[in-house]
Amino acid sequence: MSTATKAETLSPGEPGRPDRVPTAPRGLLRRTWDKHWYAWAMVLPVVIVLGVLIFYPLARGIFISFTNLTEANQLGEICTRSITGAEECQPNPNAWSVIGLDNYARILSGEVGEFWLWFTNTIIWTVGCVVFHYGLGLGLAMLLNRPLRGRGVYRVLLILPWAVPTFVSAFAWRFMFNQEFGLFNGLLTAVGLDPVAWFDNRWTSLSTAIIANIWLGVPFMMVTLLGGMQTISSELYEAATIDGASAWQRFTNVTLPGLRNVSMTVILLGTIWTFNMFPVIYLVTGGQPAGQTEILVTGAYRAAFQGIRNYALASTYGVLILSILLVFALFYRRALRKQGEVW
Amino acid sequence: MRIRTAGVVSALAVALFAAGCGSEEPAAPTNTDPKNLTAELTWWDTSDPQNEGPAFKELIAKFNQTYPNVKINYQSVPFGEAQNKFKTAAAANSGAPDILRAEVAWVPEFASLGYLYSLDGSDLLADESDFVATPMSSNKFNGKTYGVPQVTDSLALLYNKKVFTDAGITAAPKTWAEVKTAAQTIKTKTGVDGLFINSGGYFLLPFIYGEGGDLVDAGAKKIVVNSDKNVAGIKVAQDLVNSGAAVKPPANDSYGTMMTLFKEGKVAMIINGPWEVNNVRNAPTFGGIENLGIAAVPSGSAKAGAPVGGHNYVIWSGVPQEKTAAAIAFVKFMSSAESQAFLADKLGVLPTRTSAYAIDSVKNNAVISAFKPVVEAAVARPWIPEGGQFFGPLDTMATEVLVQGGDAKTSLDTVAQKYKAEVVPSYSS
Repeated sequence: MSTATKAETLSPGEPGRPDRVPTAPRGLLRRTWDKHWYAWAMVLPVVIVLGVLIFYPLARGIFISFTNLTEANQLGEICTRSITGAEECQPNPNAWSVIGLDNYARILSGEVGEFWLWFTNTIIWTVGCVVFHYGLGLGLAMLLNRPLRGRGVYRVLLILPWAVPTFVSAFAWRFMFNQEFGLFNGLLTAVGLDPVAWFDNRWTSLSTAIIANIWLGVPFMMVTLLGGMQTISSELYEAATIDGASAWQRFTNVTLPGLRNVSMTVILLGTIWTFNMFPVIYLVTGGQPAGQTEILVTGAYRAAFQGIRNYALASTYGVLILSILLVFALFYRRALRKQGEVW
Repeated sequence: MRIRTAGVVSALAVALFAAGCGSEEPAAPTNTDPKNLTAELTWWDTSDPQNEGPAFKELIAKFNQTYPNVKINYQSVPFGEAQNKFKTAAAANSGAPDILRAEVAWVPEFASLGYLYSLDGSDLLADESDFVATPMSSNKFNGKTYGVPQVTDSLALLYNKKVFTDAGITAAPKTWAEVKTAAQTIKTKTGVDGLFINSGGYFLLPFIYGEGGDLVDAGAKKIVVNSDKNVAGIKVAQDLVNSGAAVKPPANDSYGTMMTLFKEGKVAMIINGPWEVNNVRNAPTFGGIENLGIAAVPSGSAKAGAPVGGHNYVIWSGVPQEKTAAAIAFVKFMSSAESQAFLADKLGVLPTRTSAYAIDSVKNNAVISAFKPVVEAAVARPWIPEGGQFFGPLDTMATEVLVQGGDAKTSLDTVAQKYKAEVVPSYSS
């Protein structure tokens, strides 16, 4: 209101103006602002929060990946303070600078780190975990989605892995796979087999982490799929039974299509989470043997935080991981669109 | 016999004087009365909170008898986290402790980043010559001194005396060849495994030093980790495992496995440091401290050498100037010969002052006298800011060679490449 009156009072103050055409868009903007200012005001906090928490760090991370910024060269000058009071500053001899795509070239060519080994491990790890998460989660959800004595107890027990802090379960699994004192080798020797040196071989070592993560991740899949199943109308099952559908046919033609929306979302989420699942690899295998079971996030962590921190390399890994997941999400979405899903 | 300088003797006299004095005696040489010193200081201790923490708290109580108005906030910070935590806090210029117990390799790194006060010209370095030279050297960076040593350590050959007697071995082996023979004798005569070599890079340094090798030549700025000497040394270690003299270590949690087997008497010899002595002493299955034999690390073809380790007291450069006097007083008290003797007595850790070794309780401590020659022969590591990054690639090498039976030369060449690409790019290879 006040702005409108102000505009009116201002216009007569400029009588020499030849025409009013240039002021027309401004008037339009003003009118939209007058009409919708509350909407902008409502959105503003979200925009600020997103900007501060997501867009600024993202932009800064991408920028840092084009520099050689480390903990040692971040300051323009390094000051040595003497306990006797003197302070001596000298310009940093190798202050950081923008180096373009060098970080990407060095990482992708394998000069720094083991990008392709970690990448392969990440793919195997993600696919292995998500397939078993979804398969077992679906199976357990089916079992629990029927009248069953003590169903509540089973549900609680099956959710338990989710309730235990990840590092506790990770340490427990690592200890169970311990070569000398672990449970699994104890069982193997008890039945007369040779103990297995689980962490001495890349594939057995990776399997231990995958098994631990399957145990950790199944409850989430089970609970969400169970929720999805309960939204499927029982009339559909009745109708299918009347049509003479077998149990398998009911599963493939009623349950699975009914779960489609939920499944697609949890598989996408599960993939992203597993891809970036740091603690299980870090605590169960520790990258052993000799760094052969490192995945991208643990490898990037070691690259960035061992000794003098290398912010540039860490950001480059971050951008690479983000790009991989973005490409995946794009293809995933496109595949869903083809099937007629609106997501 | 060590020739003591007048400085050492006088420092000893001061220490003994302080030890004999009642708690109410003010320290004479300072011109200010300790009671007038008022400050609140935070100290991050990275020692084991159960085993070692209580002894440090007792020392703080003693400190407060002389300096009643200096309040020390003792905070136990896990060793594994302290380095990153300190760097984060110091970079943000808030939340860092006034005083930190820093591992020897951290000091040059922190100093290069400007996070520490240089102590030159302060009271703390007045009797610098009293500190054992190798641990003291870890505090120096670019000609300045950034800390004083708290404890020192090195690797030694620890063995189970009872198993040695059972196998008819009378003296600890002195070379790796003798270790091999002894281990094989032990295995055939008693059934106990002879030796366990932890598959970590740090634990292979005695093999490298034994042939006269090193990781880098910091003076000449040259990477020498894949030298022929090092290859020979690593091959000695590999041969011990391949021949069955040493247990094949597991790739994961090798250190924990080593300690459990040793404490249960299932392996006769390990290479480890004084920090585990208390652990072994308290293990019900081991047979007490009397059963623990300690000998210098066996020698290779060139010499016997083990890396120096330990911890230093450092002061954060963000401490306000008015608090520095209290910080100096605290560090001076904690690193005094008397305090070091107290800690040696309580915990079995090794003092860093020559004068502390002359104090009776230290002199008569069997474990410490056993470790003393080990410490004196310890080899200084290259004290450069990148020092902490050497061990990642070296650990990988250790697993490849000892666990997976890879070729020593190939693995060491990879380590050299990693050093060049990631750790010290300015060095020649």
